[in-house]
Amino acid sequence: MRPFQQLDYIRLDDQFSEDERMVLDTVRSWVTERYLPLAMEHFEAGTFPMQLVPELAELGVFGPTTPAEYGGAGLNNVAAGLIYQELERGDSGLRSFVSVQGGLVMYPIYSFGSEAQKRRWLPLLASGKAIGCFGLTEPDFGSNPAGMLTTAKKDAKGWVLNGRKMWITNGTVSDVAVVWARAEGQIRGFLVPKGTPGFSAPEQKHKFSLRASVTSELVLEDVHLPEDAILPGSGGLKSPLACLTQARYGIAWGALGAAHACFDEALSYSKARVVFDKPLAGFQLPQKKLADMATQITLGQLMALHLGRLKDQDKLTPAMVSMGKRNNVMLALETARVCRDMLGANGISLEYQTGRHMCNLESVVTYEGTHDIHTLAIGHELTGMPAYR
Amino acid sequence: MKIVACIKRVPTTEAQVKVSADQKGLDTAGLSWMTSFYDELAVEEAIRSKEKHGGDVTVLTLGPSEASKDVREFLARGADAGVILKDDQWHARDARATAKILCARIQKAGAELVFLGKLATDRDNGAVGPMIATMLGWACVTDVVALELNGTQGSAKRETEQGIETVAFALPAVITCQKGLNEPRRANLKGIMAVKAKAIPEESFEDVPNQQQVQKVEPPPARKAGRIVGEGAAAVQALVDALRNEAGVI
Repeated sequence: MRPFQQLDYIRLDDQFSEDERMVLDTVRSWVTERYLPLAMEHFEAGTFPMQLVPELAELGVFGPTTPAEYGGAGLNNVAAGLIYQELERGDSGLRSFVSVQGGLVMYPIYSFGSEAQKRRWLPLLASGKAIGCFGLTEPDFGSNPAGMLTTAKKDAKGWVLNGRKMWITNGTVSDVAVVWARAEGQIRGFLVPKGTPGFSAPEQKHKFSLRASVTSELVLEDVHLPEDAILPGSGGLKSPLACLTQARYGIAWGALGAAHACFDEALSYSKARVVFDKPLAGFQLPQKKLADMATQITLGQLMALHLGRLKDQDKLTPAMVSMGKRNNVMLALETARVCRDMLGANGISLEYQTGRHMCNLESVVTYEGTHDIHTLAIGHELTGMPAYR
Repeated sequence: MKIVACIKRVPTTEAQVKVSADQKGLDTAGLSWMTSFYDELAVEEAIRSKEKHGGDVTVLTLGPSEASKDVREFLARGADAGVILKDDQWHARDARATAKILCARIQKAGAELVFLGKLATDRDNGAVGPMIATMLGWACVTDVVALELNGTQGSAKRETEQGIETVAFALPAVITCQKGLNEPRRANLKGIMAVKAKAIPEESFEDVPNQQQVQKVEPPPARKAGRIVGEGAAAVQALVDALRNEAGVI
């Protein structure tokens, strides 16, 4: 395979510290050598390459910012962002797997869990010996999670959960689910281990997007959990939303990875493909497309990097993350669509990466807050007037 | 056992190299750099030797301050220390000067075993390793694809064009590494974090002037245009004739 050459139009590489660049290079070479040779096959088969989980764990990408005492790598947020970028250069499904494990499972356990929950689960999750999923979305409640119908009722021995969750990444392959439910009038988080009677996670099939990622329904029918299954620090919708802020931050970087992959592929294709006796890249229309895409990707890189530095200074707000997620995913989706077009008929073949990224990004633009919901979040921040309902 | 692995920073393999304006070297503006591929094998073998037989590994490079990223990468993979002999003109040094400068530092380190790549992928000289061995009066085994150490003795398989040669040697020794010797490991993120703040000293050295002067660097001549001898089965005879009589390859 031709080596990937990342667009770096304004020498942003100089803005990264030595260890950040080492993290980037390490994950980049892993994705190129270990993941990409399998990407097409798993996308077609609709499977996640589970055999790579021990390698991902050894690499240290699960919960990269989790402190070392709980098994994490203790990286800063820019290095974590670069990890997500490189993973999604491979496939949005790969990045989703890792984002969920870190941002949506390890993060809530670390932030809202008891010391016992942290000691039990975080090392297992960091080492890939346990896989986790995050159950917030329901069949009828996506953009409005506050309306959720899943309940947790107190009984003499602990809690009884009932409800259904949908579009849950990794559900079927998870050892533990972080399930959000209405408990005594407030949304709380619960740790539901695989195999608990009444709990099942059937896979959702027939997707044309994120095919190399397991998506599941979570079914909870009179699931009895002990008292200590609740995440004691969780309380209200702000708890799951704090998790989503983590994951969305990762997506703002990850989407750039998909955009880079498409851009690199279209640029090299257009330089090699001869039409009317000269390379496609020598015509004005392709050049305009390339110039527009390179500019958008570069602006997206600047935003992601700045958000990362702010996050490391503890100055990042959810409204800023909304802008990053919204902008960078849309630029990636538009890049993928334009690159798909530039590849001509080859663009519809899975032998090229672009079509796969384009299909995946239809999920990424929808999940973790749709593009429109983030538009309203930015509008809310600017005007002080919520316009969601 | 003190082990030293020498690495060289070279342009990346996908770099589009340009000859400098004075035609004496490469235009380094805008080039991206990496550790020479064979030197990665050298560091890996050094780390494996340490893991099997004990000791410590120092990664040594003659190069610019920016080489600290390359050296740190190897610390993250398991090397114990790194030293940069700071030299912004490292890529313009001849093999003899490079070998002499490295040699002095290897002696200072008290090393008994030195690993290098079989050549650096920029100038393809393959001379520095044998020169270091000669200067030190040590055994020198080049193009090694398998290595066994046993106390002060070693045996190695060398890959030659004629076949595989197995040699025995005594330490101290200089080993140059060929593809196939090992599969270099990858650093992991915890390893990177562990060496994030580790000091990589930059040292000065006694300068050694080049003995060999580059007169001129030219890109390879452009390939001649190809020729289509015909189409379909009818062209087979013409193709065979051309291959036999013009190209002389069959």
